[in-house]
Amino acid sequence: MGATQLPTPGTNGAAVDQQVPSGCVLSDPAAEMIQLLGPDGKLGTDPVFSDYAKRLEPGQLRGFYADMAKVRRFDQEATALQRQGELALWVPLTGQEAAQIGSGRATQRQDYIFPTYREHGVALTRDVDLAELLKLFRGISNGGWDPTENNFHLYTLVLAAQTLHSVGYAMGIQRDQKLAEAGGSNEPKAAVVAYFGDGASSEGDVHESMVFAASYNAPVVFFCQNNHWAISVPTEVQTKVPLFNRAKGYGFPGIRVDGNDVIAVHAVTEWALEHAREGRGPVLIEAYTYRVGAHTTADDPTKYRDSAEEVAWRGKDPLDRLEKYLRSEGLADDAFFEEVRVDGDKLAAHVRSTTQSLTGPNIRESFAGVYAEPHPLVAEELAWFEEYSAGFEADDEEEAGNR
Amino acid sequence: MTTMTIAKAINEGLRASLTNNPKSLLMGEDIGPLGGVYRVTDGLIKEFGADRVVDTPLAESGIVGTAIGLALRGYRPICEIQFDGFVFPGFNQITTQLAKMHSRSAGKLTVPVVIRIPYGGGIGSIEHHSESPEALFAHTAGLRIITPSNAHDAYWMIQQAVDCTDPVIFFEPKRRYWLKGEVDTENPGPASDPFQAHILREGSDATIVAYGPLVPVALAAAAAAQEDGHSVEVIDLRSISPIDFDTVTASVKKTGRLIVAHEAPTFGGIGGEIAARISERAFLHLEAPVIRVGGFHMPYPVAKVEEDYLPDIDKILEALDRSLAY
Ligand SMILES: Cc1ncc(C[n+]2csc(CCOP(=O)(O)OP(=O)(O)O)c2C)c(N)n1
Repeated sequence: MGATQLPTPGTNGAAVDQQVPSGCVLSDPAAEMIQLLGPDGKLGTDPVFSDYAKRLEPGQLRGFYADMAKVRRFDQEATALQRQGELALWVPLTGQEAAQIGSGRATQRQDYIFPTYREHGVALTRDVDLAELLKLFRGISNGGWDPTENNFHLYTLVLAAQTLHSVGYAMGIQRDQKLAEAGGSNEPKAAVVAYFGDGASSEGDVHESMVFAASYNAPVVFFCQNNHWAISVPTEVQTKVPLFNRAKGYGFPGIRVDGNDVIAVHAVTEWALEHAREGRGPVLIEAYTYRVGAHTTADDPTKYRDSAEEVAWRGKDPLDRLEKYLRSEGLADDAFFEEVRVDGDKLAAHVRSTTQSLTGPNIRESFAGVYAEPHPLVAEELAWFEEYSAGFEADDEEEAGNR
Repeated sequence: MTTMTIAKAINEGLRASLTNNPKSLLMGEDIGPLGGVYRVTDGLIKEFGADRVVDTPLAESGIVGTAIGLALRGYRPICEIQFDGFVFPGFNQITTQLAKMHSRSAGKLTVPVVIRIPYGGGIGSIEHHSESPEALFAHTAGLRIITPSNAHDAYWMIQQAVDCTDPVIFFEPKRRYWLKGEVDTENPGPASDPFQAHILREGSDATIVAYGPLVPVALAAAAAAQEDGHSVEVIDLRSISPIDFDTVTASVKKTGRLIVAHEAPTFGGIGGEIAARISERAFLHLEAPVIRVGGFHMPYPVAKVEEDYLPDIDKILEALDRSLAY
């Protein structure tokens, strides 16, 4: 096993797979980063991934922009809602739009996504109603959406726990596909994407998930958004080698991509998903990006990082560079950008009104959700609670009667 | 005497430990320049440097496991776990290794590691930020578990935890971090034994035992009961392992009634242990069964309904009524 699983020229079917992605070697990280669309809005080339970029229709490129703008607008609105006391906490994603939209748009309906808790952009690409996402942050739900509806799993707050779930899920896909093929079905093949951060990469669960994924050749794409900070701790505390290089040690390809370049992220993720779906095993993608704002609305980045760093990264903004490209190629005009702006405001208004109308729940729902089957202890405690609450209602009535 | 919050008192206590004991060191996520997400370690890295205040990689098993190694080498690591719900990746190291090293080595090895865990609810937070997992640790022999409920205790108990030769889990009642109180930094007074319970209010009709975040609630309930003519004794347990059963037994022998209140679910919890022991020790003195007030048998619920979940004054008074009705 091990290195033999790496794509080697001539052994695998797909034409684009004839070369090892250049990101697979351990050397200068910047030089080894896949980038197609530079901060100047110019499209460069790459021996492997340009082919993927060429497949993109102008409508798709405009769509990438519209998605990124929408989710950024959503982020601003959620931050405002938190400031106004409508949400307990918010986890902003500004700066990471390209990493999320590029990768999310590379998935197909049959693929299954395991997010962490910042993947609002990926949620958008999976048609999750963004207002539903806010239930978690409003403190009215520990989930908020039906994960089976859009193949977008619930957020996971215990860091890295979901990476193992993703591998198990991928192992399930493997088995189902074997059965389906034996039965003559030709359903589209599926893969799994697991999102996690540079900080979470230190957790044992990530290591174990990569061991399992490699051992069983599971169709999983590990998508690490290296946004440079785990709350206050810089990536250098988590790793001494570029994160994508870790894949090599497990025996599968690792690629670093410019996470602020939506075209490259899309290309690389498409490659990785094809690789996984075709049964060639896992891939690790490290999207090199930056968390422009605070870790959460409870965090104060001025305590631990230099604002110059943030300013420098703003110069690599994923939206700006795609706008430059679309304009210079004549693929989008003022009217388009105005339409995007209006759509963003509409989304924000929808999110705001929905959030404000999200009431409840009632603790009785919490009793109802503990077990799938009846449980006498829960029933007993609920009965106690009903009697206890009824006591207050009786008191209220008595008081009203005495008035 | 100075007045400070519980968070500040722990900060000062850690400062004293780092000053007094050159082998002590802090380890955890975000405890350096940020000063911890609750700022409990604020300013310490500046004062003691990055070798004594270690911003670790994001890995709880790593934090606890390496702390064990450091302790074997004679150091006194004080680990911060960011939130209650995130201790579980380190649970294996705590329960299978840290707790058992001394007994496995027939007493040859000691691992004086302190694990600080902000715990409990009532802060309107999201999942995994409001749990009370103390019973899961208390069930494991080899660990000592303490929890302060006021600033004076916080200041002294954290230092006593560091000085203790056994591993200590130090649960910090996070919703009381900003509760102010007087601290005598010269003299611990009755706080000199961290494993002893304290009687905070004398009474003759019933006893309420609470710890950590629920102590102020128990005191308020006792005050409310007083208005109805009931004299209620309140005990701050302070130590969850070991439990000072002598103080509780003596109180129950006097009052004849016992209510145990904690935020953790009652099923399989510390309250059940206290109820059973007191039934054995003071059966003939009890006028009523021991009543537990605690969380329901459900995952800690979402913030919007935590008020219905958490033990409050009314729930304690309801239990008191039931007890007095026997
Ligand atoms: C097991 C666990 N430990 C600690 C935390 C607290 N915590 C929440 S987010 C965070 C930093 C995560 O950084 P990273 O993985 O880089 O993701 P990012 O938030 O930057 O997207 C920490 C320490 C947690 N959620 N889970």
